[in-house]
Amino acid sequence: MYKTKEKIIEFILKTTALITVLTTIGIIWVLLNESIIFFKEVSIIDFLTDTQWTPLFANKHFGILPLISGTLLTTIIAISVSLPIGLTIAIYLSEYAPKKLKKIIKPLLEILAAVPTVVYGFFALMVVTPFLQKLIPEMAGFNSLSAGIVMGIMIIPFISSLSEDALSAVPKYLREASYGMGATRLQTSFKVMVPAASSGIIVSVILAFSRAIGETMIVAIAAGQQPRLTLNPFVPVETITAYIVQVSLGDVQHDSLEYRTICAAGMILFILTFILNNISFWIRKKFREEYE
Amino acid sequence: MKYKLEAKNIDVFYGKLKALNNINIGITENAVTALIGPSGCGKSTFLRLFNRMNDYIDSFKLNGDILIDDKNIYEKDVFVDELRKNVGMVFQKPNPFPKSIFENVAYGLKIQGIKDKEFINTRVKDALKQAALWEEVKDDLNKSALALSGGQQQRVCIARALAVEPSIILMDEPTSALDPIATAKVEKLIHTLKEKYTIIIVTHNMQQAARISDYTAFFYMGDLIEFDKTNTIFTNPKMERTENYITGRFG
Amino acid sequence: MNNGYKNRLKDSIFKYIGVFACFIGLILLAILIGNILYDGFNRIDWSFLTSLPSRKAEKAGILTAWSGSLWIIIFTFIIAVPIGISAGVYLEEYNRKNQLTRILEINISNLAGVPSIIYGLLGLEIFVRYSNLGSSVLAGSFTLALLILPIIIVATREALKAVPASIRVASYGLGATKWQTTLYQVLPAASGGILTGVILAISRALGETAPLIVVGALAYVPFTPTGPMDEFTVLPIQIFNWVSRPQHEFSINAAAAIIILLLITFTMNGIAVYFRNKWQKKINW
Repeated sequence: MYKTKEKIIEFILKTTALITVLTTIGIIWVLLNESIIFFKEVSIIDFLTDTQWTPLFANKHFGILPLISGTLLTTIIAISVSLPIGLTIAIYLSEYAPKKLKKIIKPLLEILAAVPTVVYGFFALMVVTPFLQKLIPEMAGFNSLSAGIVMGIMIIPFISSLSEDALSAVPKYLREASYGMGATRLQTSFKVMVPAASSGIIVSVILAFSRAIGETMIVAIAAGQQPRLTLNPFVPVETITAYIVQVSLGDVQHDSLEYRTICAAGMILFILTFILNNISFWIRKKFREEYE
Repeated sequence: MKYKLEAKNIDVFYGKLKALNNINIGITENAVTALIGPSGCGKSTFLRLFNRMNDYIDSFKLNGDILIDDKNIYEKDVFVDELRKNVGMVFQKPNPFPKSIFENVAYGLKIQGIKDKEFINTRVKDALKQAALWEEVKDDLNKSALALSGGQQQRVCIARALAVEPSIILMDEPTSALDPIATAKVEKLIHTLKEKYTIIIVTHNMQQAARISDYTAFFYMGDLIEFDKTNTIFTNPKMERTENYITGRFG
Repeated sequence: MNNGYKNRLKDSIFKYIGVFACFIGLILLAILIGNILYDGFNRIDWSFLTSLPSRKAEKAGILTAWSGSLWIIIFTFIIAVPIGISAGVYLEEYNRKNQLTRILEINISNLAGVPSIIYGLLGLEIFVRYSNLGSSVLAGSFTLALLILPIIIVATREALKAVPASIRVASYGLGATKWQTTLYQVLPAASGGILTGVILAISRALGETAPLIVVGALAYVPFTPTGPMDEFTVLPIQIFNWVSRPQHEFSINAAAAIIILLLITFTMNGIAVYFRNKWQKKINW
């Protein structure tokens, strides 16, 4: 009697855990299904090589490159803001700061990641862009620079927290060995600690990268909605995510080509983040084995 | 008599906890001094005073003077990095950097900003020879130091300390993680090193202290109970507590 | 020659750079909050909270937005929390080290990295269309529930991991079954940690905009939802809508609504941190 009850309960618990698998299958099924129909109408070669993305215009082009370039441009700007700041914070907190200060600073920084992204979008559009326009008069009202910078601020805690964890996980005796040789804290940090924690730091950067690629509201609000194959950070661009938002705001018919474009674009986005997440997963696993 | 190192009226606190209580000691040049005592007696804390390794502990507080060549090393005009070039340290667990053998030994020179390759090569070779490791690794200098055996790793760490030509070497239970054969090699090495260096060694192992040291200091609960020639301590201790400890009645 | 001097100088310069880096993020956050307060604080009054949306900025309010957010949060909570905790319990307490658990673990860490807008596409197809829920509160809640499920599962597992093994052993020793042990001993001991995770997850759902836009939540809903099948809008979407308009009056409205949103988000995060600290003290016996 008890046994059956226990078995039933375990079965229920297991079923709820399996919902996560169904979610993944659901995502892949939805994206794949619509993408396949999409690629029956649009050649996959055009999709990957055409340099224009105008599915909502009369003269339709379906080249995903401008969306990918917009996504990568904002992401790279974000990483170039957050990586130096985040890594400096991590090194400062793990090698320099007194423990008490570290205990206060770390949760405070994590507030940055808790602010809803729509708020950052407001900040980028209403504060950062007007400010930058004073310095760079030719800058457009929508641009990838403001969006990228603000996104960079948002992901600082991703890099600083995870990198700090990685640095703290380096055995104490390595730090002592370096101090014992007369190295300064700075030399110890860059010659011993950072190399020893490199895999953890790389993981943090990859995850931040993946987060930035998938970020939506900041770019939808502040980067513009003009797909454009450019590296110029002062002009409007459109990211994959912003395109999906743009289409969703309109009235999309289910069986329309427009609807399928957002699934095809979503597919690319999913593949990009999936690859990045799995690289970081793989590095982390290897890294863990090294230390055991 | 003139001492190489001197500790005068040393009190150490960790927060409210008193770890060392009024220690006075003089350490002779070109000799091996062993610090013995049960765990938690303060001998490691005491050892780390001589290269200021306790400085980064938030709650650490020191009263009294530590003199090296008559100079108080806790004065403002002494820089820790330069002090540590003169006072090398070897740790309990072999702790080579995850770099090549060569890079490990050259580390101290490189952080001083020395770029002369010829000079670095010579120093690395000399240090490895002094550490009695040269013959074993001369063909694999670019191999990772982590690939070596525990005993070899510890000798890399000794070579690393020797490469910057210190005059004092601190050893914190350097053989406690090694097997008996590797331990014998390191002990033999310590014996030859004392011709050039002043060595202070913390050890758990009383036979080791008896074998390799010229002087022995016995610590108990933050107090220095007895300090004398090793021979005297082991054959004719003045204090009963010392005798109890070295005969294994407690500890 | 004095390299030592140079090295020490670089060392202390870096120390100040480090302090600066720590504070630059916080300073920017302060500027952000200051700016929003300056723009929006005076706009907040009773009628702003209780008015329907309007084409005239000065008449518009956030009644439908916050009530929509409330509906969404309640249903997301009801759907996600039991499933998340139950899945976490399965993985942590019933974990047999086999292929299935390995797949589940990799899968969950992957789901946590899927961009939120992709969940929107999933919700649009599965809940809005396939399940015929339309762009309703329920469809939005299901979508957000899937989005925060990995967060709750991971938090539950972490909390269960922190419970000392001795508690389980003691309970088994008294003849309790696995489920009795889990339900009466382990879960209560882990409740503080789980609660923290749940609050953080809900606060995340409250701030989400993109997936709900894709699911079809509208910016302009002239009434508050009266049931789970009604159409809805939420605070972040209302903010997005106002930010997107060129007129300055609407950006003032956006700032005012952001103040409300941040107030709720920070309160929830504060509560979560409070529970975490309290619980961590308790669990470290």
